[in-house]
Amino acid sequence: MNLRRDVFQAIADPTRRAILLLVASQSMTAGAIAANFDTARPTVSKHLQILTECQLLQQEQNGRKVYYHINATKMKEVADFIEPFRKMWDDRFNKLESIMKNYKPKK
Amino acid sequence: MEQKTKIKAEDGKQELVITREFDLPLELLFKAYVEPDIVEQWMGTKVVKLESKKHGCYQFETTDPKGNRHGFNGVIHEFHPNQKIIRTFEMENTAFEAWMEYLEFEQLSDDTSKLTMQLVYRSVAQRDEILKMPFAQGINWAHNRLQEVVNKLK
Repeated sequence: MNLRRDVFQAIADPTRRAILLLVASQSMTAGAIAANFDTARPTVSKHLQILTECQLLQQEQNGRKVYYHINATKMKEVADFIEPFRKMWDDRFNKLESIMKNYKPKK
Repeated sequence: MEQKTKIKAEDGKQELVITREFDLPLELLFKAYVEPDIVEQWMGTKVVKLESKKHGCYQFETTDPKGNRHGFNGVIHEFHPNQKIIRTFEMENTAFEAWMEYLEFEQLSDDTSKLTMQLVYRSVAQRDEILKMPFAQGINWAHNRLQEVVNKLK
């Protein structure tokens, strides 16, 4: 079985989604990321490898340590963090607007 | 096309500002926040209680697709018709602590109005979590859709 390493596949896994949400706030080493999960360290490494291969994460060498950080451009392709939130309110307000345009005062 | 609803979420700040201009007279916009049956329609939630007055309180309840009930409640601190509502907002049974909502209603013209919502959270971290919620749900849905496709292939 040779699955294509695409972004969609990468985010389909709950642990990888959790890693993305974690790293979104700050760059972290593999060890620091693994410390947030009960999963075995090699499993986390595998997830990091997949996320890096599909370019959602980027590695950055800093001395002897390798930090992982979010590739914002690629993440934007998947979903802007704020866009779904904005969309949620936009949908609500659009609804509000159309309801009130048809509003007839009650007697 | 310019987006009608705008979100301002500055890095490192524990607040969000949501602004929206409506093709509605100010009075109608404000009414949509006061009439329980109208709030139910556009917020997509059941309104258990809504006392639109100073020191009044409100309670909403939403049922998710799995049948779980989610409660929301708050206290109204200030209520000025067609101008301003200041209230707390709490998501029950979550790690989020109650936040403050400052809602300002403005007339732009006879037929247009503007709403500015300033939401102030306990911490930057809590604000960021709130922003991520629909994102996390979105990718969950993406995952569910993928699962459906995969199931059909079996």
